[in-house]
Amino acid sequence: MQIYLPIAEMSVNVFLILGMGGAVGFLSGMFGVGGGFLITPMLVFIGVPPPVAVGTGANEIVATSVSGVITQLRRGNVDLRMGAVLTVGGFIGSGLGVWIFSLLKQIGQIDLVISLCYVVFLTIIGSLMGWESMPSVMKRRLGAATSTAGARGPGRHNWIHGLPFKMRFHKSKLYISAIMPLTLGFLVGLLAAIMGVGGGFIMVPAMIYVLGMPTQVAIGTSLFQIIFVTANTTFLQATINQTVDVILALLLLAAGVIGAQIGTRIAGKLKNEQLRLLLALLVLGMAVNLAADLVIKPDEIFSFTGAVK
Amino acid sequence: MSVHARFIVALGLLALGCHGAAHAQEAPLVADVSENLVAITTGFTGKEVLLFGATDGPGDIAIVVKGPLRDLTVRKKGRVGPVWLNQDEVTFRDVPSFYRIASSRPLEEFAPPNLLSRFQIGTDNIRLETADNMSMTTEQLADYRKALVRLKTSDALYDEGLGSVNTTSNRLFRTRILFPSNVPTGTYFVEVYLFRNGTVAAAEIVPFNISKIGFGADVYDFAHGFGAIYGIIAIILAAGAGWAASAAFRRA
Repeated sequence: MQIYLPIAEMSVNVFLILGMGGAVGFLSGMFGVGGGFLITPMLVFIGVPPPVAVGTGANEIVATSVSGVITQLRRGNVDLRMGAVLTVGGFIGSGLGVWIFSLLKQIGQIDLVISLCYVVFLTIIGSLMGWESMPSVMKRRLGAATSTAGARGPGRHNWIHGLPFKMRFHKSKLYISAIMPLTLGFLVGLLAAIMGVGGGFIMVPAMIYVLGMPTQVAIGTSLFQIIFVTANTTFLQATINQTVDVILALLLLAAGVIGAQIGTRIAGKLKNEQLRLLLALLVLGMAVNLAADLVIKPDEIFSFTGAVK
Repeated sequence: MSVHARFIVALGLLALGCHGAAHAQEAPLVADVSENLVAITTGFTGKEVLLFGATDGPGDIAIVVKGPLRDLTVRKKGRVGPVWLNQDEVTFRDVPSFYRIASSRPLEEFAPPNLLSRFQIGTDNIRLETADNMSMTTEQLADYRKALVRLKTSDALYDEGLGSVNTTSNRLFRTRILFPSNVPTGTYFVEVYLFRNGTVAAAEIVPFNISKIGFGADVYDFAHGFGAIYGIIAIILAAGAGWAASAAFRRA
């Protein structure tokens, strides 16, 4: 069954889009990532113009994140205070990011910068998570370790704890300076705007490893702040570039919200280490794929972009 | 509808010194399309349009279909260290966004190359003007031209092949033009050339429109007219759908 997308200006198979939305929604609910780093390349692959893929992907992620965060809220996995601080930082960061984005676009190297950003960040995050979760999963299997704190080991008292404006984050079991999550939100917002994603795949590991939040709370809180970051992106894209295809977004999210529900349920049954290892593998897989695209000689070295006269 | 277009063709032919029959009482060539408006609705998966016409006697027919003109930038990747990245670019002006040709016989059997070139019949003959004088050799530019045609062809917007024009009794002719689902919207021109004795005896241009109609068109117009409201609605729809799914699953 084919349907014509008015903004993307092409006709697509409804079931293909539903399948893509469902798969990405599932991952979103499971790992607390928005799925923008998956949905955007997938849409481009089936021929959706990249700007429309970015704008529409952001819109779809709003839905899957809302769907996921409600379940996480019920489960008590959302640190609203932390989420609010991160979101404030994120808005400032994404504002600056949009500006840098247009600058890079003028130079004509935005695609390269996006790919490089992806490769660098996905590799770092994937390796860190994989390395950390692998031995702990093994240990758990052997019944040697029973610690649930995961990455929150001792010895994390460093200069970070000397910063002013300390805030208590009950859900995250943290008493840290507000500058920390504010800076994290800012940096992720900056990258998210340049890379055209929600930033969950950077945010979740950073919350676990930099801030020291429990994995489940990190996932829930990440989903919470992604709602605002992607809503902001959707609004900016719709207003400035008219690149949000509501028909495409509705198809994606119809399946996406259901996938997110299933993903959230399964995530609740898995252990922190298992979740981390799975996400690490996913992230590393994406990094290898993108790196290969950059390094291997492309079949077609020419490309074109056009504008309506 | 085509009075204006006919006038342009008549002028063009006079200027080119062709023995056009613009003044003749009986038009040597008439042509029209089955639909003057191709509507892109929600169920649009492409459309076949019938072009038909008549001539005042024997001759060969060549048809060129051109979509709305747009500027295109073609970029070429090069290797820098281990990474392939866009290095050079060429901007072409007024490139037809859609291009098809069809004829009653293989072109070389009735049309001299200089006329094919003049009337831009065949993908090799599409006039691609560059935006500015670039420091590039003709050979280098030719690579970009070829790449443009190749990329457009892979998008099904160009076709390097030749469609067939069916003729009946040396008088009537018809051909089908297939528009894929990703066809650009705008005004299209079907140029019909009647070749006799190696010259263009008559020509005709039939314009028609391809545009979005109905719900899809409304969405498009709204998105472009009221971007901010459209964005807010998109966010509300998404958030609502997320909440609805969550609520539905809780009950289940």
